[in-house]
Amino acid sequence: MSQNSKQYCTFFLNGLFFGVEVLNIQEVLRYQQMTRVPLAPATVQGLINLRGQIVTAIDLRHRLELPARASGVLPMNVVVRSEDGAISLLVDEIGDVVEIEDDVFESPPETLRGVARDLIKGVYKLKERLLLVLDTERTVNLSGATLLPSESHN
Amino acid sequence: MAINNEALQQQLVNDLLLESFDGLDRFDRALLALENGQGQPDTFNVIFRVIHTIKGTAGCIGLGKIESVAHVGENLLSLLRDGNLKLNPAMIAALLEYSDALKEMLRCLEMTGQQGDKDYSKLLEKLKQLQTSEAAAAEKSSVGEVWGLFEEVEPETAPAPPVVPAGRAPAMVMEKIATATAETPASRPVSSISDTAIRVDVGQLDKLMNLVGELVLARNQIIQFTGKAKEPTLLNATQRLNLITTELQESVMKTRMQPIGNVWSKFPRIVRDVAHELGKRVKLVMEGQETELDRTIIEAIKDPLTHVIRNAIDHGIEPPAMRAAAGKPDEGMLILRAFHEGGQVNIEIMDDGQGINVARVKQKALEKSLLAPDQAAVISDRDVLNLVFLPGFSTAEKVTNVSGRGVGMDVVKTNIEKIGGSVDLFSETGQGTTLKIKIPLTLAIIPALIVTSGGERFAIPQVNLLELVRLESEQARKGIEVLYGAPVYRLRGQLLPLVYLNRELKLLLPGAETSSSAVQIVVLQADGRQFGMVVDEINDTEEIVVKPLGKQLKGISCFAGATIMGDGRVALILDVLGLAQEAKVISETRDRTLTDKAGEQTRADERQTLLLFDAGENSRLAIPLSTVARLEEFPLKSIERAGGQEVVQYRGQILPLIQVSQFLPLAAPETTRPDPVQVVVYSESGRSVGLVVSQINDIVQEILTVRREAPRQGISGSAVIQDKVTDLLDVPGIIRAADPDFYRDRKEPL
Repeated sequence: MSQNSKQYCTFFLNGLFFGVEVLNIQEVLRYQQMTRVPLAPATVQGLINLRGQIVTAIDLRHRLELPARASGVLPMNVVVRSEDGAISLLVDEIGDVVEIEDDVFESPPETLRGVARDLIKGVYKLKERLLLVLDTERTVNLSGATLLPSESHN
Repeated sequence: MAINNEALQQQLVNDLLLESFDGLDRFDRALLALENGQGQPDTFNVIFRVIHTIKGTAGCIGLGKIESVAHVGENLLSLLRDGNLKLNPAMIAALLEYSDALKEMLRCLEMTGQQGDKDYSKLLEKLKQLQTSEAAAAEKSSVGEVWGLFEEVEPETAPAPPVVPAGRAPAMVMEKIATATAETPASRPVSSISDTAIRVDVGQLDKLMNLVGELVLARNQIIQFTGKAKEPTLLNATQRLNLITTELQESVMKTRMQPIGNVWSKFPRIVRDVAHELGKRVKLVMEGQETELDRTIIEAIKDPLTHVIRNAIDHGIEPPAMRAAAGKPDEGMLILRAFHEGGQVNIEIMDDGQGINVARVKQKALEKSLLAPDQAAVISDRDVLNLVFLPGFSTAEKVTNVSGRGVGMDVVKTNIEKIGGSVDLFSETGQGTTLKIKIPLTLAIIPALIVTSGGERFAIPQVNLLELVRLESEQARKGIEVLYGAPVYRLRGQLLPLVYLNRELKLLLPGAETSSSAVQIVVLQADGRQFGMVVDEINDTEEIVVKPLGKQLKGISCFAGATIMGDGRVALILDVLGLAQEAKVISETRDRTLTDKAGEQTRADERQTLLLFDAGENSRLAIPLSTVARLEEFPLKSIERAGGQEVVQYRGQILPLIQVSQFLPLAAPETTRPDPVQVVVYSESGRSVGLVVSQINDIVQEILTVRREAPRQGISGSAVIQDKVTDLLDVPGIIRAADPDFYRDRKEPL
């Protein structure tokens, strides 16, 4: 690995290609049974049992204000390390681990709107597509404006 | 305090040994590094700190010889550290010799408890000489060039005092040493203290605990699986796996335990300071310092205990003159006692002071409108004492630096209750006050009731649980009444507000609410108020491992944490207090409800809750429900005989059975025994006995007017209950007749 490149764990979400630096990743798991948490913000999909550790699973589609996953499609878990311990991000599909040179990096375009502006650190211009780099620390911090209670069934 | 001082001293000596051996090893390594020219700018600070700590600690615990030897070397080292002297081979040799001398003394201390009588004056002389000798300073040193870089380091930055080792190993070693006093250090290889104890990061222990929890789950799954298999080898292996896992779990739990003495060790100082400040004389006696508790609980009780102790000295114990006038010794007694009982830790704080003045408490409560005048007239002394736990209460005539600002006992109570404990206050005017605290052994594993609601499982901590009520469909329709949208249930004549868990947690599946055949009510208590929680299903009680929730979920007050169930799935633990507040069962203004409660209690005192049952034919009997531990059914074939008595195996113990009808003269004995037999489990002072009755009828709450007649055998009196004459069963009398041993070695109540 050269000095000026980083390794990214990549995944797909609503057709978009995302990456998180591998150093922040604890592990990647297939779908796990979840216990939903009543009254929790809608972004929190539930709790999973990760070898005796209870890990909060965040629905990344909801967090990034993307349309909800089609019913019946099971998400994968990308378990990231955060200040508050391990947290699972639910994604559509896992990609490869890629090594990317720093010089193809660019800050997010000014036209990027909404919550994505806060959570996307920047873009790598890869040959075939763009890789969006996610700020995991901000993503798992729900104390901002997005902390709205889930719409309740009446 | 003599005994305790000894234990404390031993603990301090143990710490010194553990730390010093570590330190001196570092010292040697650092010195050798310097000799080889590999010294870092920090190296001299490291070795100076080692010696400084040894000197300081040894001085504190009265090991004069070690202190004075260490002192001489420290002088030399401080000159070296500050760059006033340069290191030379002669110094290195002397310092290594010096390190050996210290080790020798420490080893001697470890083996014999004495510092040894070897003479080190020659070495000390040499060290002193090296300090002054210009010649030494002038000699060339291979590592001289780095001296100027040393930073001045305050001695206070010496390494933090070590975590007191919780292990038994050092204590055992010390015992061994105590018996082997006469032996010289070299004569027998006793394992050194630094070989038998290691310091382990607490995080490491927590991790171990998690892994064990996971192992338990895996074990449970395997047991389920092998239950179906018939392979004997597999069954044997599973059996062993089961045993080992249980043992491992217990051992790991133990590593997290610390003796309560760790918290208490600072109390002698606090007692001395507070007593001094107030011009009082107080003798502190501590018993049961070795009682072990989970480290999280140790942390949680530290502050409440400190507060209680301050209070006891300030309000409890009188000034010497007043004590003398009352015919008591000048010096007040403060006793701290800890012991294990029934899976809980009991802590008692007793003083022999003036006790709590009930009249003054009552007056104060009236002044602060914590008590209504009409209540004051009827309130019992026992309840008056509990008023001191109300927020905003303080009886101190003057506010002192120490206590009396009205924040106090309520905080103590809240803090203890937060960790699932309880507080009880006993006081006798002129004789003293006793505060009894009961706390669970660990917070990490708690008994809980598992319920299902809206398709999800939840755990309810057993401490909040009062009882379970099941209403069949007909009862449910009639029993649950609605006041302005607020459902209530009449539980033995009192209105019990109901909270539907699925509604509260917004778990309702559309249209699912109508299909209610039977209603399950879990009666809970939070902050002194009772309420009923309606759930879909009541599953079982289980020991659960409490795990915290991530910060994304911290804001939800209804949950106290989460746990992993036997099938590996996660279940949430309900925070009963938070839920009650969320559901508005508990109003936010706490004072008002507590005043109400004091009144309620006095009114309720006149009423008694009674268990009605039959024993044999034509007998209608009652006993107070408060004496009943449980109601059980046992199949006839589970009844065994031991020692000429009928017994059953019950919760891992042998429960003696008493056929009530045999002790009642008028009851016609039953011809055939029903199967299963109905048993009322009666408990007193930790011992239980099963009363076999023929039928359990009802639980009623009645204002009891006992008409005492000439007492018959087994009957203490009669009363009219539900318009029928009912005999009150004399349970102690019957037990005495059936089993004279039951009361024999019973503990005297305090």
